[in-house]
Amino acid sequence: MNSRYAAWGVGLAALIALPFVYREPYHLHILVLILIWSFAYTAWSIMGRFGLVSLGHGGFMGVGAYVTALLWNHLDVSPWIGIPISMVAAGVLALVVAYPCFRFRITGHYFVLVTLALSGIVLQVITATRDYTGGSLGYTPDRARSGSGLLALQFDDKTTWYLIALFVWVVGLLIWRWVDRSMSRYAMEAISEDEDAAAAAGVNVTAEKLKITLISALMTALAGALYCQYQMFISPDTVSGIAVSLQMVFAVIVGGLYVSLGPTVGAVITIMLAEVLRIGFGTKAVGWDNLVYGVLLVIFIIFLPKGILGSVLDRLKTQPKKT
Amino acid sequence: MLAVEGLVKRFGGFTAVNNVSFRVEQGEILGLIGPNGSGKSTIFNMLSGTLVPTAGSILFDGAEIAGVAPHRIINRGIGRTFQIPRPFHRLSIFENVALAGYYGQGRHSRAKADEAAERALRMVGLPTDRHASVDGLGAAGLKKLELAKALATGPKLLLADESLGGLDEHEMDQAADMLRKIRDELGITIIWVEHIMGVLMRVVDRVMVLDHGEKISEGLPSAVAGDPRVIEVYLGTDADSSQIAAAEARRKAGV
Repeated sequence: MNSRYAAWGVGLAALIALPFVYREPYHLHILVLILIWSFAYTAWSIMGRFGLVSLGHGGFMGVGAYVTALLWNHLDVSPWIGIPISMVAAGVLALVVAYPCFRFRITGHYFVLVTLALSGIVLQVITATRDYTGGSLGYTPDRARSGSGLLALQFDDKTTWYLIALFVWVVGLLIWRWVDRSMSRYAMEAISEDEDAAAAAGVNVTAEKLKITLISALMTALAGALYCQYQMFISPDTVSGIAVSLQMVFAVIVGGLYVSLGPTVGAVITIMLAEVLRIGFGTKAVGWDNLVYGVLLVIFIIFLPKGILGSVLDRLKTQPKKT
Repeated sequence: MLAVEGLVKRFGGFTAVNNVSFRVEQGEILGLIGPNGSGKSTIFNMLSGTLVPTAGSILFDGAEIAGVAPHRIINRGIGRTFQIPRPFHRLSIFENVALAGYYGQGRHSRAKADEAAERALRMVGLPTDRHASVDGLGAAGLKKLELAKALATGPKLLLADESLGGLDEHEMDQAADMLRKIRDELGITIIWVEHIMGVLMRVVDRVMVLDHGEKISEGLPSAVAGDPRVIEVYLGTDADSSQIAAAEARRKAGV
């Protein structure tokens, strides 16, 4: 156990030190993207691992990004306040959608369909209110007027963003671990198998599911807001809608649904894939990554349901027993 | 301790439980028997909150619990087992029981949950090892786990649903003794639903017989076993005369 903590410590120290010794902007940019998306995927997996498959997380991410940017541009609300507001908004949205689902036992495929609709609705709202949101053309938060980027949470420096993203990513892993070790995990595993039996053990099924959904939605909104602040450009395609939701499902399943670093591995793979396609094929390859995601998703669900990292760790665990 | 008055449950046009009233006194074991479809499980599901009664009242320790959510009823002190064991396969045996110990006792603390789990597992005779898998358990082991889960919630009243189905005779006797031990040592009041009359009659203090959703007999096991309506329900009307004749013959022969 101690060697495990040591490994985490060394790894983390190396990640913190990285931007001070290696400053190649493109690679740092890719790393920031990986960290932000890893956080978003981790958020998804917090509920996804218990069979609560949501295709609505694109919606939460969109709310996080757009609410923060709109508050800044229209009402001069600093992202330091805007981000919490956007998270609350996503949380309220999550409760409004999830409470009836859980209360009336909408589970499995039906739950997936309801959340799919949520993604679609958020996307429609963004495109329909194009006078404010820029519609499908995208939206840019105004540059900080005062010159100080801190208040506006805008930094030109990649190192700063890298450290922010790293911090948030670590917090995401800690939340994952906290859930993993809590009684809530027992309750959620029980609920995912048999809701009546869980209730007979004294579990308030609706409340437990809402709690986990709320945590997941808040984190996802934060990921959306950070993405917006970092990229300084958002569009429905990149932070909202069904494609983003599907990308989350894909990344987490490929990386590993039941291990803490699984979503991170998923983020590395999806972002590398997108970048390779973009650099290798340019505009000819627009949308190809989605095609590859789709095919890989089917293959993974059939042959490697625990994902890459989950399967590797399983093999490492079982090997010493055999010898 | 438990007072049920005029309990009714209808599913559409079908009346599963019709105007059933009964009381359970502190510390007794009440047997609830009846043929398949007589409404035993429906009554259980209403007592444990899984089903909401169409009419009637259920007073537990003086408070109305009809229609209260299952997890709240558990926390008020009514534990239940299921007819068919429903373990959580993704959790170990210990975790299954610790879960019930945590959420069934008002989520006090993990230490208290673990303690309750250990006590319950020891009571029913299952290993208290933290990682033992549920998948290694046989029919008897799963029934024990079901019982341990219910016990870990710290019940004052235990609803044991047909806990002997699928066991051999030796295991049945063991399980029956277990229920009696739970009452004697932990002071838990028990309502025990069962098909198998023989073992049940040996352990319970009182029996209630249901047929087609109605209470047809109630009383001491010996009295109920001799009730013609009960014999009719269990042996059928056509078999009646010959069965009763055979019984008479045996009695005359001095058995």
